[in-house]
Amino acid sequence: MKTFLKVVIFSVAVILFYAFYANVMIPQVRPAPPPAEAKLDMGSLTMEQFIHMGDEIFHGKGTCELCHNPVGGRAPLLDQVGKIAEERIKDPRYKGKAKTGEEYIRESMKEPSTFVVAGFGVKGTNDTQSPMPVVTSGAIGLKDFEVDAVIAYFQQKAGVTVTVQLPKETPKATEETHVADPAKSGEEVVTKYGCGACHKIAGQQGALGPDLTKIGAKKNKDYLRRAVLNPNADIAPGFPAGMMPPDFGTKMLSGEFEILIDYMVKSK
Amino acid sequence: MRLSSIVVKKNLLLKMGFTVALFFFVSLFAFQFLESTKFFPIGVDTVYAAEQAVTAEKPAGAEAKPDAKKEEYQPAPKLTEKDYPQVKGINGRIMAWLVAQLHLWFAAFVLAVPILVFIVEIIGMATKDKRYDKMAYEFIKVSLTAYSITAVFGGLLLFTLVIFYPDFMRYMANIFSPTMLAYAFLFFAESACLYIYYYGWHAMEEGTAKWVHLTIGWMLNIIGTVLMFLANAWVSFMMSPHGVDAAGVFEGNIWHAIHNHLWNPLNLHRTVANVAYGGSIIGAYAAYKFLSARNTEEKAHYDWMGYTANFIAICGLLPLPFAGYWLIAEIYAYSQQMGITLMGGVFAWLFIIQAVLIGALFLSVNYYLWCGMERSKGAERYTKYIKYIAFVIVACFLVWFTPHTLIMTPGELKALGGPYHKYLGPLGIMPAKNTAVNIMLIFTFLSFLLYRRCNKIATVSWAPIGNAIQAAIFVAAIINICILGIYYGYFTNTVLKVGSSVPQVASTLFVIISCMIIDVFMFKGAKEVAPLQWGKIPDRSQYALFILAVSFTWLMGLMGFIRSAIRQHWHVYTVFRDNSPDAFTPTIGYATKVVSIGVIIFMAIVIFIFWLAHISGKKNVSQGAHH
Repeated sequence: MKTFLKVVIFSVAVILFYAFYANVMIPQVRPAPPPAEAKLDMGSLTMEQFIHMGDEIFHGKGTCELCHNPVGGRAPLLDQVGKIAEERIKDPRYKGKAKTGEEYIRESMKEPSTFVVAGFGVKGTNDTQSPMPVVTSGAIGLKDFEVDAVIAYFQQKAGVTVTVQLPKETPKATEETHVADPAKSGEEVVTKYGCGACHKIAGQQGALGPDLTKIGAKKNKDYLRRAVLNPNADIAPGFPAGMMPPDFGTKMLSGEFEILIDYMVKSK
Repeated sequence: MRLSSIVVKKNLLLKMGFTVALFFFVSLFAFQFLESTKFFPIGVDTVYAAEQAVTAEKPAGAEAKPDAKKEEYQPAPKLTEKDYPQVKGINGRIMAWLVAQLHLWFAAFVLAVPILVFIVEIIGMATKDKRYDKMAYEFIKVSLTAYSITAVFGGLLLFTLVIFYPDFMRYMANIFSPTMLAYAFLFFAESACLYIYYYGWHAMEEGTAKWVHLTIGWMLNIIGTVLMFLANAWVSFMMSPHGVDAAGVFEGNIWHAIHNHLWNPLNLHRTVANVAYGGSIIGAYAAYKFLSARNTEEKAHYDWMGYTANFIAICGLLPLPFAGYWLIAEIYAYSQQMGITLMGGVFAWLFIIQAVLIGALFLSVNYYLWCGMERSKGAERYTKYIKYIAFVIVACFLVWFTPHTLIMTPGELKALGGPYHKYLGPLGIMPAKNTAVNIMLIFTFLSFLLYRRCNKIATVSWAPIGNAIQAAIFVAAIINICILGIYYGYFTNTVLKVGSSVPQVASTLFVIISCMIIDVFMFKGAKEVAPLQWGKIPDRSQYALFILAVSFTWLMGLMGFIRSAIRQHWHVYTVFRDNSPDAFTPTIGYATKVVSIGVIIFMAIVIFIFWLAHISGKKNVSQGAHH
């Protein structure tokens, strides 16, 4: 019985020590409550909702995290960009027009080659040309208020004061308010899924992934199917694994997938 | 009729053939079942599977009926607070949390023990040492009561979910009903195997019947593992849904839902962790029996059992950080947002608590080994090194324990006084932690190596060269790990930073495997300087085994919370929103209180199980005395 009590007291003491440590020694950060689900009315938009919109764009429509992530190392991480933007302006290599951190981030999104972070430029350009697509055109096509939302999100994430102004008017209904129609041609598929952000294909000049302008002459249909559905199955020489998103197989409609494969097979 | 008479021929090939035939019989039966529920066998070509899915799926505007899918499967419901039933005086979330966690603890234990028993039984058979058989039987006896309790908590969990989250359960059942039926069927099969395995132990102890017994044990393990994989499919689907569209409409291919992005990393992580966990709980059982032993024979037996269980726990513990690393990397690969929430958001502090717990695990494992050296007087040669090993392990623990950047709201940032520490911040990033954990593993292995040779002296002529090679391997690996961690971790780009963790792990594994091989050959026919005296270990060492079991349980509770909580306000991430009043993410304090209460309930039940095994043992002894 004595042993039993000793063991019980010892075990409970260990449990209580962990509970004490977690409750007293660790800062009790109260996580933000779940975001409101209500549809956004630009006229009555709060800054919290606007930042949330930026968060969604960063991880979704903007396709920013395809490159700005810690796995691929393709582009600089942006979790502190709200803070370091001011320092970038002071960099001797900086030749842009921005005077504030907010302006710098906006400029980087609309004219990515104005300033290229060392080591992230297109190969052979000595960091003078950025591989990043312009986010307000092409496949991504962000509106100005969406660019602002992303800047607000960056500033909030870095813990600096959010300087972006809330949009004053409700933007006119645009095509992104309804579900996109299925793409009808190879070019449309490439545009819809942003392939050109990384690959040279269908007139787009992405430089992060392999050049696909003549891929049909080198690879057969089976290889290309596998390359889209399971990008890490075969890695093109000179390109690291894990760069291409593995979920195109689930995002694309079956018709679009076939159109894309046929398009690439014919690209000779 | 004796079971041994079933098999007429006694040669080894036939015995093996019998085992293989049984395996194929079970496998064929299982795949027949899977076929009818649109499963694809494990290992099927991804492209083929995806093509099948693409063929089956007909997009809007395509030639097939566009609404066919929606007629059969509904989108995830959009719930309001009123859709979540309330029971006065009971918080549905806490109840589901506690019951699920208790079910999981017991399930981990009862899945792990048959693995350990199976291995120990084979060792016993190979060495013809009856002690192993006795120990294996004692293990399985302990797990038998735990098995019933696992089932009780499983039933309670089902009722809790149906009562408090009916719409969620309906949605999951719409997708996973075939696997749920398979689960129930396999549970019966597992019960049958377990009962035959346990109750038939003595009837199938000798000759060919032993092979039949082993086969049943093997089937028990296969079925148990498949059961766990099925349950893992449900929880991993909730984290990384696959086979459904953005609105949650199921595409109709259940293999896609099962084989979601996080399924395999979770399978591996849980399997390895279960082995370590099972070892730790059995170790606590042996420690308790050791402390209560009334004679030297009992003490020796339970000391040996505790050592073996601890050894198994270490075997599970060594690869666990790598399995965990893979899981986290896959979470990042699946969703940057989820990964950042996990490692860089408010959950980041939980990993500091995790570091404390894992530090406690490593320290107690090492402490137990150091105490174990007292079993032989020959160990005095090595005790002077212990303080250095302890210093390195504590230093590595402190590196692992250091937080870095925490992504916070401005309010949180202000409350915490900054995102990271000016000088210690660099120690908080993964290259430093990878380096620390690899060195910690190498030094834990060194403790084991010293323990292993404490009672003997190598007599082979090349022993000095062998020792020198081992020392060189240790030094080279540590230098390599440090260079990889410091140079590639801090002075190159992200691709190399992440990539360098692989050769670090390879260096650690190389040390463990190569030095173990050298050691085995070097100490073959070694001279015993002072025999190992089982039972001659201080009582205080047994408390290290209790720390191991309690810390492991608490750690599993904490990690279970994190795994579930990173979905945040989603039942099924980004597809099915949780709109219940309890959809908020709790503070760390709140979560750890629930975890602590769960651990206390679990430990109380485990003690009850140990007590049952104890009085059952008493009865057997008294019956034996009468006969």
